Amino acid sequence: MTGTPTPAQIAARAEARDQVRTELRSRVVGGKAEPEAAAPRVGPEEVTGAQSIVRSLEEIGVDTVFGIPGGAILPLYDPLMDSAKLRHILVRHEQGGGHAASGYAHATGKVGVTMATSGPGATNLVTPIADAHMDSIPLVAITGQVASSAIGTDAFQEADIVGITLPITKHNFLVTDPADIPRTIAEAFHIASTGRPGPVLVDISKSAMQSRTTFSWPQEMQLPGYHPVTKPHSKQIREAAKLLATAKRPVLYVGGGVIRSGAAELLRKLVDLSGAPVVTTLMARGAVPDSHPQHLGMPGMHGTVPAVAALQKADLVFALGARFDDRVTGKLSSFAPLAAIVHADIDPAEIGKNREADVPIVGDLREVIGDLLPELAREHETHGKPDVEGWWRQLDEWRRTYPRGYTQPEDGHLSPQHVIQRLGELTGPDGIYVAGVGQHQMWAAQFISYEHPNTWINSGGLGTMGYSVPAAMGAKVGMPDRTVWAIDGDGCFQMTNQELATCAINDIPIKVAVINNSSLGMVRQWQTLFYESRYSNTDLHTGHGTRRIPDFVKLADAYGCEGIRVEHASDVDAAIKRANEIDDRPVVVDFTVSRDAMVWPMVAAGVSNDDIQYARGISPAWDRED
Amino acid sequence: MSRHTLSVLVENKPGVLTRVAGLFARRAFNIHSLAVGPTEHEEISRITVVVDVEEHPLEQVTKQLNKLIHVIKIVELEPESSVHRELLLVKVRADAATRTGVLEVVEMFRARVVDVVPDAVVIEATGPAAKLDALLAALEPYGVREIVKSGTLAIGRGARSITDRAFERSVRSA
Repeated sequence: MTGTPTPAQIAARAEARDQVRTELRSRVVGGKAEPEAAAPRVGPEEVTGAQSIVRSLEEIGVDTVFGIPGGAILPLYDPLMDSAKLRHILVRHEQGGGHAASGYAHATGKVGVTMATSGPGATNLVTPIADAHMDSIPLVAITGQVASSAIGTDAFQEADIVGITLPITKHNFLVTDPADIPRTIAEAFHIASTGRPGPVLVDISKSAMQSRTTFSWPQEMQLPGYHPVTKPHSKQIREAAKLLATAKRPVLYVGGGVIRSGAAELLRKLVDLSGAPVVTTLMARGAVPDSHPQHLGMPGMHGTVPAVAALQKADLVFALGARFDDRVTGKLSSFAPLAAIVHADIDPAEIGKNREADVPIVGDLREVIGDLLPELAREHETHGKPDVEGWWRQLDEWRRTYPRGYTQPEDGHLSPQHVIQRLGELTGPDGIYVAGVGQHQMWAAQFISYEHPNTWINSGGLGTMGYSVPAAMGAKVGMPDRTVWAIDGDGCFQMTNQELATCAINDIPIKVAVINNSSLGMVRQWQTLFYESRYSNTDLHTGHGTRRIPDFVKLADAYGCEGIRVEHASDVDAAIKRANEIDDRPVVVDFTVSRDAMVWPMVAAGVSNDDIQYARGISPAWDRED
Repeated sequence: MSRHTLSVLVENKPGVLTRVAGLFARRAFNIHSLAVGPTEHEEISRITVVVDVEEHPLEQVTKQLNKLIHVIKIVELEPESSVHRELLLVKVRADAATRTGVLEVVEMFRARVVDVVPDAVVIEATGPAAKLDALLAALEPYGVREIVKSGTLAIGRGARSITDRAFERSVRSA
């Protein structure tokens, strides 16, 4: 159509556009579209904004909320008291509430929910929100905000939490109109739990909570810009299958995405079918059973030698829900230098971010692996099973030469690796293990054998010290029938142990193993290795031969928990067994371990993975084996 | 480094510009210019952003922008298949002795005088960045006192509309 349009044509176009517009407004975009035939419609009910929040959470199916009230969120806490469906757990610090929601989400796969008041309540959530953002944890944080008329006036306890959390949330909202509450909360849960999961913050003004409004459910979401791709491209799947079927030295590089997507069972099939070795990152421990013969362990800075070496020598790295993090790749330019890269992830921005992908696949890993399996089987039919025997001879040689292990400390104190290993062996693969950040975290990742997804919970991306106790609390609330161990360091433990009060009072019998080396152990290890053993500000005086400030056993007692101290190797098993038997209160076991124990193997920051050290000063001699 | 022009269609909601601008800052991308305004659909605003980046980071910035919930669509407008314009308002010293010279420059560049006082004029000009730079260079000898520029606006050549297609897509995928 050329030339000047006639008035009639203009009118027709305007009409068509209006039609599209009306359609856009009236239809749900990006979510549960029309209410399902079976879903009963609720409302409209005359309520307050605060009641509307409670009703929305109830309709979504939330059962647990971790939070603390305060001025701006007070209106919400009133109807919350009457809710029969929502269990609110009063935490002692908002950071604890946020990590608890994260631990709950981690253990259950459901969205974790936390609440805080405006200003300092909200800013205390910044760390757990950033943590959930880095580890793709579905989390909804609801914060009270000062009254709409006071926003922007530096009112008492006012903080621009939406502005503050812009870079650390998947999305966030400020709600000042009570009519927007149910739709916004529906959108928040939808965004948090779909695509690549992540934290969503909903900041609601006190005036919106206090105003009258109507509540109805389900809600029509308006998210025209949100369309996560879940179905992978079939051509890419074929390409990937072809590479996997023909590679001579393939490695399946499995990241946390497999666990988030619930694809562990399918992954197991892919591992079996492909015959390829598999490595599981820190975020993916448990995605493949550690007992699986093709499992080489964890890659990266403190990975196993076979896992690190396999990636370095691979001709195909098949990444599934992993993001080529610097703690895995070491010096990026020398990572897996010989490998073609297949990279499957639900987040297109991860693909090609750090390492160019030869075959990029965007999709939900359940769909990706589901589509891969028949395609790979077809490849095998056409070309026969891949010849990976030579590769396995090499891998097995590495496994024989560089097994998992540690040296006994010479100072007579406990070996932290032994403690953690026994803890895993005596508790078993059905336990849930939640670590803080540092040496104890790495040992817990190395020396416990994980057999199931969601049994290993830690702060991988942000590396948040203090994560363990509150996250274990959240995990225990979500999985009350499972034994939940917080494996913590003495540094981490002092950051968030106030939540022991929450655990004791609310009947959340977690167990805490404090791997107490009386110092900020990982920092101390780096000082030993890279700062000529100059121990600047890493001595915490919590252990043997010190004033024990605080005394963790007394601290446990003060919090209504069972406190046990273990100083001799012969007492380790008995203490763990006793802790595992106690189910009516939280237990804190203070294991006083050697501060000279170090985490090995290690790839120093910024160097090539080829320079991995099996133990201090011992580097594998690759050429001999090549 | 090369210059790229992106048209970013976003939901017309408060704070969207902050989200977009913040993303550029956070990922250490340099914004050369940025212009934002309404479109023919009241629900959609259009941000034209000019960035100086390598090819690879450009892909990364596009993907990161796409992750913003309020971003509906991103199109890179290649110079050869699109029209790029900036608006310039410039205040130039011009008294009885120099005014004729200034007006000749204005004439030559097909610019317009939009305000006159005895010792100065305000000139309005539109065009691609290079033309405006040339205009400013020509005015420089007379004494440029103040400059304000709009940032680049760009639209693809031909009959196709990226806003309409974005709009239909967002409805279809519902």
